[in-house]
Amino acid sequence: MKKFSLILAILLCAILLLNGCGTETGDNGDSPGEEPGEENGEEMVLTFNVGTEPETMDPHLSTGVPEATMMLQMYEGLARLNVNSVPELALAESVDVSEDDLVYTFHLRDGLVWSNGEPLTAEDFELSWKRALDPELAADYAYMLYYIKGAEAYNTGTGSVDDVMVEALDDKTLQVTLEAPTPFFMSLVAFKTYYPLYQPAIEEDPEGWHLSADTIIGNGPFNLVSWAQGQMEFIPNDNYYDADAVILDRLIFTMVENESTELTMFETGEIDMTHTVPGPEIPRLEQTGELNILPYLGTYYYIFQVEKPPLDDINVRKALTLAIDREALVTNVTQGGQLPAFAYVPPGIPEADGSDFRENGGDYYSYDPETAKQLLAEAGYPDGAGFPSVEILYNTSEMHKMIAEAIQEMWKQNLGIENVTLTNQEWGVYLNTRDEGDFMIARAGWIGDYLDPYTFLDMWLTDGGNNNSRFSNADYDRLLAEVRMLDDEVTRMEMMHQLEDILMEEMPICPIYYYTQPIMVKSYVKGYASIAVGGIDFKTAYVEE
Amino acid sequence: MLGYLIRRIFSALFAILIVITVTFIFMHAIPGGPFQSEKAIPPAIKANIEARYKLDQPLHIQYVDYLSHVVRGDLGPSFKYRGQTVNGIIAERFPVSMQLGLMTFAIAIIAGVGAGIIAALYQGRIPDYVTMFFSTIGISVPSFILGTLLMYFLAFKWGLLPAAMWGTPQHVIMPAMALAGLPTAFIARLTRSSMLDVLNQDYMRTALAKGLPRWRIIWVHAVKNAIIPVITYSGPLLAAILTGSFIVENIFAIPGLGKHFVTSIYNRDYTVILGLTIFYSILLIGLNMFVDFAYTLVDPRIKLTGGKE
Amino acid sequence: MQYPKELFIPLAEKAVHTDIVRPSITYWQDAWRRLKKNPVAMVSMVFIILLIIFALFGPYFSSYSYSDQDFDRRNQGPNSEHLFGTDSLGRDQLVRVMHGARISLAVGFVAAITTFFFGVFYGGISGYLGGRADNLMMRIVDILYSIPFLLWVIMLMVLFRELFPATGGGAGLYSIFLALGLVFWLPMARIVRGQILTLKEQEFALAAQTIGAPRWKILFRHLIPNAMGPIIVTATLSIPEAIFTEAFLSFIGLGVSAPRASWGMLSSDALTSLRSFPHLLLFPALAICLTLLAFNFLGDGLRDALDPRMRK
Repeated sequence: MKKFSLILAILLCAILLLNGCGTETGDNGDSPGEEPGEENGEEMVLTFNVGTEPETMDPHLSTGVPEATMMLQMYEGLARLNVNSVPELALAESVDVSEDDLVYTFHLRDGLVWSNGEPLTAEDFELSWKRALDPELAADYAYMLYYIKGAEAYNTGTGSVDDVMVEALDDKTLQVTLEAPTPFFMSLVAFKTYYPLYQPAIEEDPEGWHLSADTIIGNGPFNLVSWAQGQMEFIPNDNYYDADAVILDRLIFTMVENESTELTMFETGEIDMTHTVPGPEIPRLEQTGELNILPYLGTYYYIFQVEKPPLDDINVRKALTLAIDREALVTNVTQGGQLPAFAYVPPGIPEADGSDFRENGGDYYSYDPETAKQLLAEAGYPDGAGFPSVEILYNTSEMHKMIAEAIQEMWKQNLGIENVTLTNQEWGVYLNTRDEGDFMIARAGWIGDYLDPYTFLDMWLTDGGNNNSRFSNADYDRLLAEVRMLDDEVTRMEMMHQLEDILMEEMPICPIYYYTQPIMVKSYVKGYASIAVGGIDFKTAYVEE
Repeated sequence: MLGYLIRRIFSALFAILIVITVTFIFMHAIPGGPFQSEKAIPPAIKANIEARYKLDQPLHIQYVDYLSHVVRGDLGPSFKYRGQTVNGIIAERFPVSMQLGLMTFAIAIIAGVGAGIIAALYQGRIPDYVTMFFSTIGISVPSFILGTLLMYFLAFKWGLLPAAMWGTPQHVIMPAMALAGLPTAFIARLTRSSMLDVLNQDYMRTALAKGLPRWRIIWVHAVKNAIIPVITYSGPLLAAILTGSFIVENIFAIPGLGKHFVTSIYNRDYTVILGLTIFYSILLIGLNMFVDFAYTLVDPRIKLTGGKE
Repeated sequence: MQYPKELFIPLAEKAVHTDIVRPSITYWQDAWRRLKKNPVAMVSMVFIILLIIFALFGPYFSSYSYSDQDFDRRNQGPNSEHLFGTDSLGRDQLVRVMHGARISLAVGFVAAITTFFFGVFYGGISGYLGGRADNLMMRIVDILYSIPFLLWVIMLMVLFRELFPATGGGAGLYSIFLALGLVFWLPMARIVRGQILTLKEQEFALAAQTIGAPRWKILFRHLIPNAMGPIIVTATLSIPEAIFTEAFLSFIGLGVSAPRASWGMLSSDALTSLRSFPHLLLFPALAICLTLLAFNFLGDGLRDALDPRMRK
């Protein structure tokens, strides 16, 4: 028995020692969650829970929204999106666009430097964009650069890097030639795949330069000073050209994934802002006045697999769409301030005259159980009689499940359809099932990449990579091709309204709601900018005493 | 004994090879791949990525290639966490999980064995019912409920501890309690029942009849023999809690290894799945080997080397 | 010293065995007699029987079904119309708990039974044979332990969709049983094997062997009954583990499909709204705890009743 006690004793000592180490490493910075002004002297600290660990801190490789938020603080491109997701010139002081809208000449600001003080030149842009296109790097978002002439050819291995039409004319001038007129190109240059990267760091360690706060060199409002134990700390970048606009002394990102934990930390004051809110708690949190509903450019919808009976019948698709009470769904089930969707393209996209694309397009349908019943009868299923068994496919999530349960019940009540089954699949399996078209009705969501209806409409091209409904319409395809080559903003928007008309007439999808991003923010947090196409910008954020 | 040890190590290596092979087949058999997302990547870009990670090669070549790296101790790059290696992920995160796991293990063994002994000695009396009541609650409340409740009361209601995150000793307390709940309760019940088995044995009665001091009998004979099932359970328990718990790490936002055991499968991050499986199986098989040797220390009559013929 | 041969009278072959083992009928009768004398165990047994009746017939006495929604009565606390309150879609929680009992009890039973029979059998043989056979059998256990459970589960999920396309959840529960059956007996096998390793070296086992009792009889009549304590503890542990594993499996898409929900599912769904609506967690969690208490006290009673040393 002595041996046993000895082992125990050793074990205990080991634990104490290990914990000791933990203490030392944990105390070298300011702990998160301390109230501003307390203990830190006059330091102004803001703690935001970004919600997850980054998949990668390489802006060219990253794809997610949390990463976009991290990069927004550390990097800046030729343009930067403002709070309305509209691009404003940033590192570029001015831009000349050729008559045919194909050649953009950017003039950089004077005296731009990296966070380490080295000069930032037009050549950095050229090299960085070419790096993002390098097939060896194999970046997911390389296609965001395909608008540049020669880019797609180089990235797909059919062209040379020298034919990519981006060129540094001198230290301060960058010239870009596009494949076709691209009205949203200024939004694109604000995107992370278009960020300049500090080349010497990449050359030194091409794989791992972005793994440590020590080796990441940025050019944005903040510098990453530490990244360990599920937490990132930023301090203002003194070398940033607009450093005076930065008010915070320290910005902390925590990486708590669990929504309930996040909320508890917010309520105990350990964090100042959350990245989401658990749906069922929203009614209670609304009363605190700290619930903020941020815009988020996206639509939640159901896809009908139009090749599978009975969904090949347009009347069935319409009946199912009209029989969903979206108002009840968003007020009772999702509860996060989502907007019921009576069309496909979400609100928030400005047209040429500044008016909203959605407002101009209007609603395409409403909640109308009577018409739905008629349509179903026309399709040959009066009161749901003889309606074949249909399946709603969704990926694992409590919210998707609740929405599907509610819709199942609505179809039962409004249409008399009894045999709707719900199938829940693990993410990878679900994506595969959707891609193979091995489903009847599937839940889906689409978040816009940039502020233009095209980012929502081009996916319904016949045989498009994301067209899981197998929808195919010659008029639609033709119009899409025309829009792609069009330069005139007014006609372009008109044609996109026509595209949406076709989509909503054929109804291969059943829009349910427009996304929002409900978050909790302490009332003393001011000046942050939430960008609808992804990310929160803390450049001008501050804490009100 | 040396022959046995060699045979044991050899069979362990063979077992690990089977684990790798089966896992490799399974993960390629299930639908989905590492570079799939809600937004389909253009096929040309997908081809670039697959070429980069040699996923465009036939499976048997990938398999042989992977094994040749594993033999050299290289578990390969992660597909999802681009730029990171599996070795790097384990090196960064295992210490966190291990620290929490050892703490949990110590609580479970000390509290569990202690409670079990007390319950057995007072069989059918108040201390027995009280410990068994709590240990039943302990095994019927899973860590995700226990963790949430602990956080609600200790962090939110009473403000005694930080709700989540990692770095200071205070951060260890709640997750360790949440993790230790079930094993403590189970060990207590296991100890109690095997203690009772031992206490009723003839040699115990003899020892008591000889008038040896009661505590000495309990310590030297009863606990020693009753500890065998606890030792058995400790092997897989340690392997599991040292490698972290997905649920508890998620609730308490702990940057440990447990998360990757689950997310790597959701992400179809092939190298991470395999690397962690190998890591875990080495730990498990090693600890089970250690458990077998511990048997012979506790009860020298136990023979591992051969059958009874 | 010389002993006259006549002093040695050979024993009749039969007498040897019958003296060591009493007829098995009396063993079980004896156990039942002792179990009846244990009030805590009997109360637990009655509770479990009532629970099964509640699960099977309860839903027929309710005016609601587990899927009926009422958006005007969402998240209500317990009241006279809905004794357990309503959930976030306005469904009656009592009916959902009753329905959940069917799934959770079925899962718990199946897990406990496979654990009990297969785990004990496998572990017993491994420990008793020892040596190379033991090494082989335990490495198989190690291998099954090591292959990620989630991979098994996804494999099964895909397989079941291939085999039974568009089932309304009929195959769902079987897929859960299969997933649980694959791994749930592993801890039991190891525990039993560890016990047998030490028990087989003890005097009574050696004695039985010396007088030539057949090997299977030594194992199943002498060794395993002596390990019954840890066996029952392990088997009862597998019930809550199975109930919560089922919740996890259903969550990721194996098993019964929504809107049907098990206890485990009901309690894990309730966690996100714990702060606002604690009653949603309270009832399913309480149901699990009470059921477990009953199973454990019954298990303890069984252990005492089956203990060969407690026989009088």
